[in-house]
Amino acid sequence: MTRYISSTINHCILLIGLLIMIVPVWIIFASSTHSSLFINTNGLQFFLGDNFIENYSRVLFKKSGFFNEITALKMFFNSFVMATGIATLSVITSLMAAYGLVYFKIKFATLIFWLIFITLLVPLELRIMPSYIVMSKLNLVNTFAGLILPISASAIATFFFRQFYKSIPDELLEAAKLDGTSSWRFFIDFLVPLSKTMIAAVFIFMFVFGYNQYLWPLIMTTSEQYWTVVMGLKTMYGSISDRFAFVIMSMIPPVVIIVFLQKLFIQGIFQNK
Amino acid sequence: MSFLELQNITKIYPNGTKAVNETSLNINKGEFVVFVGPSGCGKSTLLRMIAGLEDITSGEISLDGNIINNIDPSERDVAMVFQNYALYPHMSVFNNMSYGLKNRGISKDEINNKVNDVAKLLEIDQLLTRKPSMLSGGQRQRVAMGRAIVRNPKIFLFDEPLSNLDAKLRNQMRLEIKKLQRQMDVTSIFVTHDQTEAMTLGDRIVVINNGVVEQVGTPKEIYSKPNTKFVAEFIGSPQMNLFQCKIENGLAKISDMQINLNNSLNIQDACIGVRPDDILVSDQGEYSSSANLVEYLGSDMIIYSSVGGQEFSCKLSSKINLKAGDNFKFDISPSVLHIFDNTSGQRA
Repeated sequence: MTRYISSTINHCILLIGLLIMIVPVWIIFASSTHSSLFINTNGLQFFLGDNFIENYSRVLFKKSGFFNEITALKMFFNSFVMATGIATLSVITSLMAAYGLVYFKIKFATLIFWLIFITLLVPLELRIMPSYIVMSKLNLVNTFAGLILPISASAIATFFFRQFYKSIPDELLEAAKLDGTSSWRFFIDFLVPLSKTMIAAVFIFMFVFGYNQYLWPLIMTTSEQYWTVVMGLKTMYGSISDRFAFVIMSMIPPVVIIVFLQKLFIQGIFQNK
Repeated sequence: MSFLELQNITKIYPNGTKAVNETSLNINKGEFVVFVGPSGCGKSTLLRMIAGLEDITSGEISLDGNIINNIDPSERDVAMVFQNYALYPHMSVFNNMSYGLKNRGISKDEINNKVNDVAKLLEIDQLLTRKPSMLSGGQRQRVAMGRAIVRNPKIFLFDEPLSNLDAKLRNQMRLEIKKLQRQMDVTSIFVTHDQTEAMTLGDRIVVINNGVVEQVGTPKEIYSKPNTKFVAEFIGSPQMNLFQCKIENGLAKISDMQINLNNSLNIQDACIGVRPDDILVSDQGEYSSSANLVEYLGSDMIIYSSVGGQEFSCKLSSKINLKAGDNFKFDISPSVLHIFDNTSGQRA
């Protein structure tokens, strides 16, 4: 009986938490399906309206920005390229950095690792000026490379992979050596497949991190052609229902990525082996 | 010239530990040699040096006429079965076995044939598509052996491969390894800390202690004529009884028990060894003692007793009726005694 009560209480708490998170999103979604006029006169809506297709298609293809040069669709494309680029590159660089640190007999490997780790203390905002100067000297302002490169090395991801590699028994490497594998092949044939779940977890983290970047793309781009979704959110002028529609759409890409990689993601986070 | 020659092999770890000290050994083609010793004695280090997984501080190893000190492990043509099998967890059994062949650039058809042949030999042909996590301990062991066999190496190295199996399976696998080795006639080195495994498997046994080879010989030689006190104690189960004593003119005095050795030895600080099954318990026995503890093993039993404060055990047929606390008489024939000098630990 007590078990029944405590399980009911637990579920109530979870349900309340769920509502706190879901309700605002739902209100935005429901409101985005009404016309602006209707919201302006009646306030936020809890029930769906009739303007869903009209509002969303208008927002997607409407020219916006200061000079009306970019559509929301293009912003999604830009954000997607940037987030995918950052996630892919940081997975590759941190996998390789961790491989070097753990498997090669480098002098001061631990010291090098901690130096990498210390960069966590220096967030992008702190080094934004020097990073900008470097990028502008390389003529990378207003390019995807300029958006991606300065944030494509992740100390935390290197840390994850390093800890994981350290937990792989040495015998595996030794057996592979006797089987005639090279260092490159060991990386490709063993470490990459074994880190599959962790790669998924790091990819998601870095994708969301890249997708949410605001200050960096704001500084790195002067052309509206390179605006990202998060930048667009602020400059999405127009009617209130358009803004709501844009907010809802901006949430879709990270959610899709998580839904697709969810299984691997969870295994990666709770991996003990 | 022997197939595998170790000459004055020494291994000193960076922290100064001397794991292997000036070890020389010759192993013939097709021979099954067992390295046995307590944990930390350097037997695994020696094996790993042969495999190329451990640098050699000084000395020379030659295999089939070539010095292999500086040859990469993959080019030495040796195969190793690890204690925890070290199967590749993300690969199927087939891929586990074929990985080494692939790296050697062998054609797909040949790989298929070889893997299938070996899988049949080891009775794992039903498991080829499974991942190692879906296999039992014994099956993993077979796959690990299969991975080694399929490469057809010059030499097989086994690093305590049976220690993760339960007792019944261990006996079964032990027999299979022996059979396979005979069948394939591959030179093999087997490392173990278990003296029973060493005795049953090896053509020759190398007893190692503290990085030094104590004795090399056939199981029979090692058992019947141990060179040192360490070998005497280490080989044989139950352990050999060792009595501390003083030998004067061929007469060994163990407190009030005196054994005539029929020789003229004089050793101040000696040690007399006698195997538990060499002690004859009979009513006509010359010496007497009382049984402190009796262990019943079915056909045999082991009696624990002491003489002059020195404990000893004797193994006898359980048909004899003896209980703890009973007095019994026994005899020790001088011919079964092993005499060691305590100061050197060597056989006298």
